[in-house]
Formats: sequence, structure tokens, C-alpha cells
Amino acid sequence: MSSVRQEGKDKIIFVTKEDHETPSSAELVEEDPNDPYEEQGLILPSGEINWNCPCLGGMASGPCGTEFKDAFSCFHYSKEEVKGSDCLEQFRTMQECLQRYPELYPKEDDAPSSQASEESASAESASAEASDPAAGSEKDSDPTLPNTESSAES
Amino acid sequence: MLTCRAVWKKLAPLARASSTVCRQNVRRAGWNNARTPLCVPVAHMSTGPVGGGSDNLKYALLVGASFVGGLTYAVITLKGDQKRHVERMAEISSRKQKSASQIQTEPAAPLETKLEAAAAPDAEAAAPSETAEPPPVDEPLAEASAEEAAAPLTDAGVEEAADSKPSLPSHAPYLLIGGGTASFAAARSIRARDPDAKVLIVTDEPDLPYMRPPLSKELWFSDDPSVTETLRFKQWNGKERSIYFQPPSFYVDAEELSGAENGGVAVLTGRKVVHMDVRGNKVKLDDDMEISYDKCLIATGGVPRNLQVIERAGEEVMKRTTVFRKIDDFKSLDKVSRNAQSITIIGGGFLGSELACALGRRSTESGLEVIQMFPEKGNMGKVLPEYLSNWTTEKVKKEGVKVIREAVVKSVSYKDDKLEIKLKDGRVVRTDHIVAAVGLEPNVDLAKSAGLEVDSDFGGYRVNAELQARSNIWVAGDAACFYDIRLGRRRVEHHDHAVVSGRLAGENMTGANKPYWHQSMFWSDLGPDVGYEAIGIVDSSLPTVGVFAKATAKDTPKAATEESGTGIRSESETEDTASSAVAPAAPAPVVSHRDEYGKGVIFYLREKVVVGIILWNVFNRMPIARKIIKDGEEHVDLNEVAKLFNIHED
Repeated sequence: MSSVRQEGKDKIIFVTKEDHETPSSAELVEEDPNDPYEEQGLILPSGEINWNCPCLGGMASGPCGTEFKDAFSCFHYSKEEVKGSDCLEQFRTMQECLQRYPELYPKEDDAPSSQASEESASAESASAEASDPAAGSEKDSDPTLPNTESSAES
Repeated sequence: MLTCRAVWKKLAPLARASSTVCRQNVRRAGWNNARTPLCVPVAHMSTGPVGGGSDNLKYALLVGASFVGGLTYAVITLKGDQKRHVERMAEISSRKQKSASQIQTEPAAPLETKLEAAAAPDAEAAAPSETAEPPPVDEPLAEASAEEAAAPLTDAGVEEAADSKPSLPSHAPYLLIGGGTASFAAARSIRARDPDAKVLIVTDEPDLPYMRPPLSKELWFSDDPSVTETLRFKQWNGKERSIYFQPPSFYVDAEELSGAENGGVAVLTGRKVVHMDVRGNKVKLDDDMEISYDKCLIATGGVPRNLQVIERAGEEVMKRTTVFRKIDDFKSLDKVSRNAQSITIIGGGFLGSELACALGRRSTESGLEVIQMFPEKGNMGKVLPEYLSNWTTEKVKKEGVKVIREAVVKSVSYKDDKLEIKLKDGRVVRTDHIVAAVGLEPNVDLAKSAGLEVDSDFGGYRVNAELQARSNIWVAGDAACFYDIRLGRRRVEHHDHAVVSGRLAGENMTGANKPYWHQSMFWSDLGPDVGYEAIGIVDSSLPTVGVFAKATAKDTPKAATEESGTGIRSESETEDTASSAVAPAAPAPVVSHRDEYGKGVIFYLREKVVVGIILWNVFNRMPIARKIIKDGEEHVDLNEVAKLFNIHED
């Protein structure tokens, strides 16, 4: 049983688990997946890559940003059977760049090139999730270092 | 060379005329000498002389002489020009080798455009002696020297990579004033969207961009004795991180920015922008250096306020007072806390309460007395509804803090080696050190010179919904009073807002034209057991509706970070898709609390519309809260809305 108390202008309600078991009758406005104001996921409605996605961390904006963009774009638009197999050159160049900044891009345990393609795959599936409005997966801003964070960002 | 051409054009008709005349005279002379007078009629030119031979000769001589004279004069002048040009180039190249800060005093922009106009038709070699077709040959000398001055400047810009000693940039395509969170977020956004962008950050702090929240929270909980040097902190989940957004290797040296092939972000530390010329698109630094820009962001943040009674209390009091905002303040307060016996924090808001809890923690080990005083009835009195503010105050007391409520400081004096704080109601507090956490004064120093509007209600630069103050000038972070389409004009002093607005400004500086729409959030932790996240307008003067459940041991900030595997809370939403959450431990037994407000949701209403939400000890549900605020709907039963948050679950 929920209890209600009023303290001046402030209302206080206590609810048990059972009180909240019935589905909510509150109505939410339907989301527009193509709303230009909204934060975009990794892949824009046009099919292009959103380099400003917080999920990329600082990859596209750091010293190796250009190399990263080249490699990831190539992968994204690759039509090969093994996606990205025609992009080895770009990934190698990116790898060389990452190695020049060990402070920013610390070495991971897995082989870098395979991990890069893994990340791309996971990033792409992440974007599929991101574009699902019902999931409410708007991303918050990313204020922190990418290198100590999760795999998708290294 | 145009001069030659101009001169030749002028002389050509004369030359042509005189040559024809000469030829005619020669012909006539020839015929006079010829044996057979062939009476071929001669076509007389209008300029041709008619008359006797001697007259002709005299005339021929006169014309010839003047022609030769003209030619000679032209040659001499041109040679002189060339000599002057060579001398000038030599002088300028010797000047180039001098120290960088002396090179640029004239505005590069107008000269550059002038040069561009002149350079368009002609030489690739940036010929300095180009002039804009002046009629007299001797006039362009003055102009030429001015143009020549411009040429090496552009040369310097173009050939900086090849230069033996690169100099600080005199022009930055993207100039960011201020080196804090908003500025860094903008820099990142610009670099992501504009390939090879060159971004210059100018900050008066000695440090590279860093984040502020750990200065009043995590850094104080660190076990590392050298934390004031490393500025690294270990989060609940064991991961360590520096407060700096990026290590120094991320940035490009300011001197190499112009020549950087793929662009980059450069930070000029220890320089203050003192003057802004909006018409000329340039700023002046405190060392008289001028930098012109294409797009500019003002992210100057603010300066902590102090109490007037303290400022008037004299040097001994001021020496023992800290206003808290920067890394240096953290370092000095840390030192004080190890040596002093009693510290008093004046201020009951976010910063004051967080510092009180952080110091209170220390007090258990060191015997340090921590006092917190404020005019409100409870901690966070301006944010939390009264019942919650009171509950929070009790929590703060449990952290070892002596809380003095409804305290208005009347005077402060230095007596017997202690600071004596006299309150208006007569109470007296004796302490060793004061920390003033009484608000932030937004930094609008550039408003006057730049001609920018300052908001009289909220302070800060007044900008529109796209964060733009004027053409090519944006403002973000603490200093921006912006129009929020949903919630109205406001100014927000939180970390996440600095990130969101900085990002948005960066996007708009690269042509996005998006308004402020993604609502920023904020959070606060008062010790390891109490934490909340909030979004929107959270003002205790608004009517509120709070929906609470009983808390279990799992509902603490510590548990939240452990679960999501991250540290700073606003991050956890970003990492959502990337990392899988750590599987929660077996359900903990329900902990009975004396207090009732374990966890819940509090809605802040403005005319029946929810404009603010606090998630009280309930985490990872910010997207739902954001959605409700974005909708801006009138909900009849807020309990139903509260169901959306599943407050009984983890």
C-alpha cells in the first residue's frame, strides 16, 4: 500500500514493490528516429559514420584521428566477403600511428588488427542498438580518457 | 612584371609613333639619296611632320632623345626598385630569425586579402613587387614596401614547416578561449567533424585541460600519498585514471600547429586573452601577442566568489582562506588539512558539502575538526526539498562534520593565532582555516572589448539556443547563459553541461546549427553511501513530488560504479553499449534504515510540467529521466511516471 504525505508544497509518496508492479499508465511521446536535434549514434541516418559519437572516445580526434578515420571508413564501406579484408593497408598505417603514442593508446592483450575489426563489428552492432528508439539509449557526453575505458574505444 | 608592362604600355604609343616617324624620316632620307626618284606616294601619318629636312632632323633628334631618355629613366627606376626589393627581402629574412613574439604586430588579415586580390592574376612566386596597376611608376614604392611586408608573413605561414625556427601561430582557424572542460569537449568535437582541423586553446592556467569533479571527491579518497603530484585517482572499481583529459602527447605544440599536416589541438598555457576585436576577428593576449581566428569559442568559466566580510577582513584572514576551483587550490587545501587542527567550510551547496564530507573522512584519521556552516536550513537547501535536505544533513554529520545551520557570517577576524568567525545570531566559531564555497562568478571580462551581451538575471554571456553570441563567436560551459528550448533561458554550472555544451559549440562551429537539446545531467556524492543524479531545473523553491522505496545495501553509489564498471557517473551511459555490465552479486539482505528516504525519484514541477528530476540512490536510469523532461508533458499521476524507473530493481 502506498502512503502519501504532504509537507507544504512537497508531496511524498512511499511505494512498495507490489505497488509498482502494474505497468505504468504514463504516456510518453513517440520518438522520431530522424530527429536532427537528437544525439546521433555511431551511424547517421544517411549511412555515414558519426565521428563525433561519444562511443568512439577520442579516436577520431586524436593525433591518429586521420588514420583511424581512413581505416574505419574503409571497413565500413567494404563490400568484401570478409568485411575489411581490403583495408589491411589502412589498418596497418593506423597501427603504426597508434604505436607512436603508447601513452594515449596503450597496448591491448589481443592482437591489435583483429581487435580493431572486432571493435568495428561491435561498434556497428552497437549502432544498431543505438538507433532503436525504444531502448532509450541516448548517449551521455563522454568527458573522460578513452584509453583506460572499454574495448570499443581503444 | 607589371611595372614593366605598365611602363611599356605607356611608352609604347610614344615608341610606336616615334619609330614610325623615324622610319618615315629614314625612308625619306633614303629616297633623297636614291638614284632613281621613284615617285611613290608616301602615306603621311597624322603625326608625321611636314616640312623641311632640317626641321625633320631636329624633330627626329628631339623625339629620339626623349624616347631614349624615357627608356633610360624607366630602366633606372626599375633597377632601383629591384635593388630596394632585394634589400627589403634581406632585411625581412633577417627579421624572421628574431624571437617569435616580435614578428606579428600588424593585422595579417586585411593585408592577406589585399595580397590575395593582387596575387590572383599573376605570379605563383608571390612576387612582392606586385602593385595594383598604379599610373606613375614612382608611387607604388610606398605601397610595394607595405605589400612586401605582408608577403613574408604569408610566406612565413606557408613555409612554416620548412622554417628552421617555427613561431607561435598568428592565426588559428579555431580559437578556443579557456582551457577547461567545455573547451576540451569543443576541441574534440571540431577535430572529429572537420578533418585536419587546427585548434588552438588559450588558457591562463598553467595546466592542460582537466576535469573538476575529482578535485572535491575522488582525489580526497585516494590512498596514494603522492596524489597531489600524480593527480590520479582510483575509482571504486579499481581502475585508475588521471584528472587530465589527455596526456601531453595528445596535443600538438603550438609552434607546430600551423604546419601540422593533419592538424591537431594545441594548448597555449599561462596566457590570458585580454582584448577581443570582433570586427577584425582577432584577440590580444596579455603579452601583446595577437591571434586572428575564423571561429572562436569563449569558454572562460568563472572565478569563485568570496564573502565580502572576508575580503574586508585583512591579510591575515585572507591568507587563511581558500576559494576552491583549480588544481592549485586542491594542492594547498590538502596541505592545510594535514597541518591544521580546524577547518571551516562556508557554504552548503554542492562544493561545500562535498568538501565537507571529504575532509570529514580525513578527520577520523587525523583528529581534524571539520565545520560546515551555511545560511540555509540544511545541506543542499537550495536544491533538495526540505525533508530531503534535512536527511542529507544528518548524513553529512555522520561523515564527521560539525554542521552549523542558518549561519550568516557577520565578521571574521584574526585573533590569538586563530580565525574568529562571528555569526549574526551571536554564535562564534574559532578555526584555523576557512574554505569559501559560496558560488561562482562567471568570467565575462571580454564582454566589453568584444561588445558582447551579458545577462543580467543569470550572469554570463548571453547566447542563443545554438550557443552563438555573434557571428563566428560561440560561448559554452559555466560562462554561457543560453536559451534552452524546453526549460527556458538558463546558465548551468555543472561538469556534464560543460561537456554537452562544449560538444555542441564544436559541432556548430563546424556548421551543424543544432540547438541545445540533449539535456545535461549532474550528480553528487556525499560520502560512499549517499549519491544522486539529477537533470533539468532542480530548484527547491518549486513544488516537488517524491516517490520512495525502501533502500537495500545495494543501492549506493559504490554499487552503481562497480556494476557499470566505470568511475565518473555520466560516463556510464556512454559505455553502455560498449562494455557488458559486471554481473550483480547475490541479492543483499534488506537493510533496515531509521530514515525513510532510501531510494526514489523526485519530480520538480513548474505548472504541472516536470522540469527537473532527481534520481535518489537510483542509478543508470538517466535516459528515462531525460525523456520525460524532453517530452514536457503534463502528467496527471506522477506515481505512474515513477513506475517507469523501476526503483525497486537494481
